[in-house]
Amino acid sequence: MRDVAIVGIGQTPVREHWDKGVRDLAVEAVLDAMADAHIERADALYVGNMLSGKLSGQEHLGALIADYVGLEGIEAVKVEAACGSAAATLRQAILAVQSGAVNIAIAVGVEKLTEMTSGCTTNALAMASDGDYEAEMGLSFVAINALLMQRYMYEYGVDKDDFAAFTLNAHANAAHNPNAMFRNRMTREQYANAKMIASPINLLDSSPIADGAAAVVIMPTDMAFDFSDKPIRIAACEVATDTIALDNRANPLWLRGVECSARKAYRTAGITPEQVRLFEVHDAFSIMAALSLEASGFAEPGTAVRLANEGEIRRDGRIPIATFGGLKGRGHPVGATGIYQVVEATLQLRGEAPEALQVDDVDYAMAQNIGGSGATVVTTILERLERK
Amino acid sequence: MDIPRHWRLHNQRYKLEGSRCTRCGTLAFPPRPICRVCRSRDMEPYTFSGRGTVYSYSVVYQSPEGFEAYVPYVVALIDLEEGVRITAQLTDVNPDEVYIGMPVEMVVRKIREDGERGLIVYGYKFRPPLTA
Repeated sequence: MRDVAIVGIGQTPVREHWDKGVRDLAVEAVLDAMADAHIERADALYVGNMLSGKLSGQEHLGALIADYVGLEGIEAVKVEAACGSAAATLRQAILAVQSGAVNIAIAVGVEKLTEMTSGCTTNALAMASDGDYEAEMGLSFVAINALLMQRYMYEYGVDKDDFAAFTLNAHANAAHNPNAMFRNRMTREQYANAKMIASPINLLDSSPIADGAAAVVIMPTDMAFDFSDKPIRIAACEVATDTIALDNRANPLWLRGVECSARKAYRTAGITPEQVRLFEVHDAFSIMAALSLEASGFAEPGTAVRLANEGEIRRDGRIPIATFGGLKGRGHPVGATGIYQVVEATLQLRGEAPEALQVDDVDYAMAQNIGGSGATVVTTILERLERK
Repeated sequence: MDIPRHWRLHNQRYKLEGSRCTRCGTLAFPPRPICRVCRSRDMEPYTFSGRGTVYSYSVVYQSPEGFEAYVPYVVALIDLEEGVRITAQLTDVNPDEVYIGMPVEMVVRKIREDGERGLIVYGYKFRPPLTA
């Protein structure tokens, strides 16, 4: 298989974009990425998205976006895997380039969530779970994560207030990211007093409903230095699944999909977790950050919250996470999130992160995008390349 | 209106009918066409007793559309006595009194109404047992 590298990145700010639709957002990110890669043409376009059908009355995003970025005629399809749609899309683009079927591919993730009322959006997001046996029983997606957090606190004796460390870190980083939705710092008092959504998850455990799009241009590594001074090698991009419903898992606190996807990624990249310099984690809820750190091999079961409170997830810690604010601070436009993570990891590897966010000596960065309550997991490992 | 969907699920919603693998005995809810343990396709219907204990729970304050009238309500993961876990709402209980390990039993209740002229969906919920 051919080796593949990222030669261009693009992103829109994550906002409530009242003036932009799903088409506008995707086009902006794709054109940014094409300009960054100095390309006018591509062979294929892969569009990641979860909810354009339900919320924007628009499916068929492959053809739509190809058309409006001026690439009508090329191969283009939409890929869906709930909140894991974007990284799942990147995986499809990588396979196409690795196989030799495609030379230059664009992967874009886009989501427009603020088109409907928040109740309608809440129902739409619950489609990531088991429709007949979770959502239809009155469980929002927040409630499903709340079941995990409640059990975690019970089993490991962790205090609710200690989860604040994830929120504080995410917001502290987002404050320096111009594309982040929330650029305000948070305090432990604000966390303790935040409105309860589904106990024990409060508003500040939760990533915000947001709009945005992010894109990457990929091609074979042996062409990459012709297009970019700092191409970033995709050392691994591995997908794994788990049961769709939480109740069908023997131990819901151990995310097997995360473990399986991360292990495959370490093996493909030929590295160990210790070599990962930073981790763009899927912190849709603070409990997911904790469970992902544990199942990815960065903390023993039940210890991730302590790791966070010891400062090890900050920029100067052992395993910096959410270095641009994560889903909590940057925002979580669901079907775009996985490519935002990869764009941010690419900026870190290029050494182009804002000064306050740049992590030192990054050789390997990892991004992990999760669909549902851990049912689809995509782990991507990126590596800095030296010109030969 | 998604009438066929609710009709199709009536054995699950009203009777807690899952499946049992005739080869290795593994139970499942909801019913599965293939055994998760031995991959046998020879499955038979199995009706669960409806008795169990709370594995985890959450009090929902911000509900999906269609459930606003019930807020705050309790949702839970319930370990059925046959060793299978299920997701459902709790009913007939004060949210403050729910705890992990609490015994519960299944009842059929209204799940939601789809507006004044729409469907009324019934299904399983769980409550503290009337007789211990």
